[in-house]
Amino acid sequence: MKTLPRTDVVIVGGGWTGLLLAKELGARTSQSVVVLERGGPRQTADYFEGMDELDYAIRLRLMQDVSKETVTFRHTMKERALPIRQFSSFLPGTGMGGSGEHWNGMTPRFLPITFEMRTRTLERYGAGRLPANHALQDWGITYDELEPYYTRAEQLLGISGAGSSPLEGPRSAGYPTPPLKMGYFPTLFAEAAQSLGYHPFPTPSANLSTAYRNPDGIVRPPCQYCGYCDRFGCMVGAKAQPTNTLLPVIRRQKHVSLRTGANVRRVRHQDGKATGVLYVDANGEEIFQPADLVVLASWTLNNTRLLLLSKIGQPYDPVSGKGQVGRNLTHQANARAPILFFDRPLNQFMGSGANGVTIRDFDGDNFDHSGVDFIGGAAISAPALGYRPIANFGVVPPSVKARWGSEWKKAAIESFDRAASFILAGEHLAYRTNFLDPDPTYRDSHGDPLLRMTMDWNDNERNLIRFMTTKMVEVGRAMGAREIATPPLRSYDVQTYKSSHLQGGTMIGPSPENAVLNPWLQHWQYSNLFILGASSFPQNPSGNPTLTVLAQTMRTADAIVSRYLKRPGPLA
Amino acid sequence: MVFTLDRKPVRVHAQSDRKVRVPLRFFDEREALIIAAAVARIFPSDETGPGAPEGGVILYIDRQLASPYGRDRFRYTRPPFEEGVPEQGYQGKATPRELYREGLVSLAGFDRLPPVEQDTRLREIEATYFFQLLRQHTIEGMFSDPMHGGNTDLIGWQIIGFPGPQMSWANHIDQHYGQAHRPQPMSLSDVVGHKVKPWEDLE
Repeated sequence: MKTLPRTDVVIVGGGWTGLLLAKELGARTSQSVVVLERGGPRQTADYFEGMDELDYAIRLRLMQDVSKETVTFRHTMKERALPIRQFSSFLPGTGMGGSGEHWNGMTPRFLPITFEMRTRTLERYGAGRLPANHALQDWGITYDELEPYYTRAEQLLGISGAGSSPLEGPRSAGYPTPPLKMGYFPTLFAEAAQSLGYHPFPTPSANLSTAYRNPDGIVRPPCQYCGYCDRFGCMVGAKAQPTNTLLPVIRRQKHVSLRTGANVRRVRHQDGKATGVLYVDANGEEIFQPADLVVLASWTLNNTRLLLLSKIGQPYDPVSGKGQVGRNLTHQANARAPILFFDRPLNQFMGSGANGVTIRDFDGDNFDHSGVDFIGGAAISAPALGYRPIANFGVVPPSVKARWGSEWKKAAIESFDRAASFILAGEHLAYRTNFLDPDPTYRDSHGDPLLRMTMDWNDNERNLIRFMTTKMVEVGRAMGAREIATPPLRSYDVQTYKSSHLQGGTMIGPSPENAVLNPWLQHWQYSNLFILGASSFPQNPSGNPTLTVLAQTMRTADAIVSRYLKRPGPLA
Repeated sequence: MVFTLDRKPVRVHAQSDRKVRVPLRFFDEREALIIAAAVARIFPSDETGPGAPEGGVILYIDRQLASPYGRDRFRYTRPPFEEGVPEQGYQGKATPRELYREGLVSLAGFDRLPPVEQDTRLREIEATYFFQLLRQHTIEGMFSDPMHGGNTDLIGWQIIGFPGPQMSWANHIDQHYGQAHRPQPMSLSDVVGHKVKPWEDLE
């Protein structure tokens, strides 16, 4: 094993959060910063030849190599966990930029209630409404504390959007760029939702509506609506990605260095302090990188796994409810439903990842929950994100039973551009029974235990999706749909794509009792260890997490620069 | 009709003399005829238009099985292989190549049956993972970029009105509401102006 010279800061993961912190430290301090990314380098030019559905969206060319490392899954402790042998349910990215390269760019802010979910639910509805076995927690920060950072994150990416919804938290600034041009399906939705008294607004988007220069001087061009966002990198740079928004700034910074092909296996520590990280480089050589400050920014599942493998903190024990690492695993209760069948073509091949219209009338506590059998809500949107034929061909109305042969073919051809689905992005509460721990059987290509997910939907999620589906069928009828399919939420499965919004495992919280991180994303016990990303979320809010994750990272960067580096130690 | 490697369809009397004049990479001729016949029942040539035979689906499947995908390069294949609940996904040890070899056994003589009996045979295996794969590969072969071997002359995209991976719809996204906008389809190579290599030829 080779030991490298000490660095001030080592950051594990070259995605949105890791590169954002590196950029902030590079701009505002003289700290030496090393970013370790296990995948390869990426740049905008790579994506020009990448508009191929089979290689990228089906064979998942931008994603982590599942043959080397995956996670195992079981519904409950009674079941045997088996490896997710092919990624489908969620898609972890790899390479410089991480999942921030292949994302869609939907960038809502979370509602104020999100951060005080437990307290506000108890206040309004009483303890009787919290489901059995729930593990709801407040974040220990509020929307108001995070608001200035939401604004900064929106300006960094140039978020396109409009106005200020009465159903969302107050904004100190408008959107940096106007909304995208709207496709037909979202336009139909907006009209119908309005007619039913709801409050539709353009989905906030990191795909630019106009050319934009951000506060770092980075200029990006407007979106071309080609429809290749989801699972692809943007070949013009209109979709904000770490490689087009942060990398050009970092490349000019003297004290930040990037290493690709560096797969971190352990955080080393001694006497309650992290001392550096151990990684394997592209040639298979084991390397120790000592550092004064260690930052994990390697996506939800891997942040948790690194803590467990490094034996940092107390692993969560679902039987006693004690321990912190691995608890509160959630996966947004997303349903691509209902599916609406129209008698008109929709031209759904056009679009961009975040092109669409959203309503938040049934989100958070924006509606009275007294008469319903669940808590929480869903953001509901009608997207025009670019339908592609392999993924979308074959969808037929409920009245057609055939799944192959002439009858199916005829119906599927007819439906291909006449069907579209809403996205119900439902909150997923945290439960004592949903958690992460090391798998006892299966290992990765280095011989380390895989991470094991134990998780299922509960009645709260099923009831929530049923309620939202009923409401959306009304909207669908008002849009003129002639048939509507309404698949229910059953048990969690690993085969159908939901979102990559897995959260929890290294939870943030006001007390070290049940949280790994303090509200500054600093480890409660190891004060020179920070953990960035949605692994800090105590439960899963309705919206896409990236903007919140970026806002949190900026707040942490401020705290590191203005407080921690002056006097290293606990910030809370 | 058969296909050459440079993607030029050539009309020969393939149906009458039962020869496949395609340079096959994985199947032998007998196997290719069986799989070609099966995918022709899944996505038939019929009154709604051309199907899997015209789309070159067999060529697509043959190339995929010969490629790293066929030997499970893109799957976690460490043991133990245990049977799980359906929500845990496919847990078998068999690679796509092996699944096809096994599936071919269950379809022995398939290509010589009349269509009605072919459909009966397929209904018997409808619930198997092999059939699921066959159906998925049929869709992939019809609708993936022609560089992968199927979707001959963009026939799949023409059938459903998909224009392929074009650079910009900025002048169209908020137009044509409720009206079909159906530009001439283009392949990825057409769009970028040079031949693009598929992943199966790179790995």
